[in-house]
Amino acid sequence: MGTVVVDVMPKPEILDPQGKAVASALPRLGFGGFTGVRQGRRFELTVEGEVTEAVLEQVRQAAVTLLSNPVIEDVVRVEAVADPSVADA
Amino acid sequence: MTSPAAVQDRAGSAVAGARIGVVTFPGTLDDRDAARAVRLAGGTAVPLWHADADLHGVDAVVLPGGFSYGDYLRAGAISRFAPVMEPLVDAANGGMPVLGICNGFQILAESHLLPGAMIKNDHRSFICREQVLSVENADTAWTRDYSRGEKITIPLKNQDGQFVADEHTLDELEGEGRVVFRYVGWNPNGSRRDIAGICNAAGNVVGLMPHPEHAVEVGFGPDGARGPRTGTDGLGFFTSVIGSLLR
Repeated sequence: MGTVVVDVMPKPEILDPQGKAVASALPRLGFGGFTGVRQGRRFELTVEGEVTEAVLEQVRQAAVTLLSNPVIEDVVRVEAVADPSVADA
Repeated sequence: MTSPAAVQDRAGSAVAGARIGVVTFPGTLDDRDAARAVRLAGGTAVPLWHADADLHGVDAVVLPGGFSYGDYLRAGAISRFAPVMEPLVDAANGGMPVLGICNGFQILAESHLLPGAMIKNDHRSFICREQVLSVENADTAWTRDYSRGEKITIPLKNQDGQFVADEHTLDELEGEGRVVFRYVGWNPNGSRRDIAGICNAAGNVVGLMPHPEHAVEVGFGPDGARGPRTGTDGLGFFTSVIGSLLR
């Protein structure tokens, strides 16, 4: 079983109300020193078998048609990972 | 504005021949109010289902408000790919009048029938209020019974109502007279340039965040000149399109 991770972030010039809400909660909990928070989305798409270039190309297409809205968001990563639980390791 | 008495007189006449589809997606909330608004304006409301592959021969379509498909992913993002949207996009590009209200506006933006997108309100809260709008373009299929500069009051209720687009797109919308409605008095969601509603280049596709279908009948709308809940400023959307169709 293969997995492709897609990360989507709000465009830098777009105000991110969710990130702002998190940013304002951090100091209340004693987490100091953070000058900004931006909140994005992560998708994990799994397939039977390995992630081929054809699979990746499909995911890239899906990322810009369904998973993100290019008017307000950027796809910042489309990547095959061996085990999604350690994808960021 | 058309008076309620005039609407009564027209019911049962030629205007009843105007068949206006109202699409229901899973999670749509305001389809019944939209259909009722069509009937109060004298037209015939035709229910359309998101899984329909054709438009059942309607003359115009309303995409009503709600939280289609739970608004998962992004507001309107999944609805855009519903089967009914394929014939709808074709018909809209062919000139058929289409009105998107609130979630319907978000769906039109996701479908690229209208430019820009809606993100969360700048104050991050859901908002529900009676909102004053200025009619900036009274030449569209859905606004021809208003006059330019007219102030109307209709309900506004949304979470993701902040209209955004890049500066080039905003300049283009302004330059081509495609800003159809602007918020007056207070910008309730941070929308760029106080924009409440826009149209496509041909003027047959209009989208807005506030809800005209909730201000069509005395006793149920916003406060109006004749007293509490007498506001029927939204009725003009529906008489306008019927007039456009019969022209």
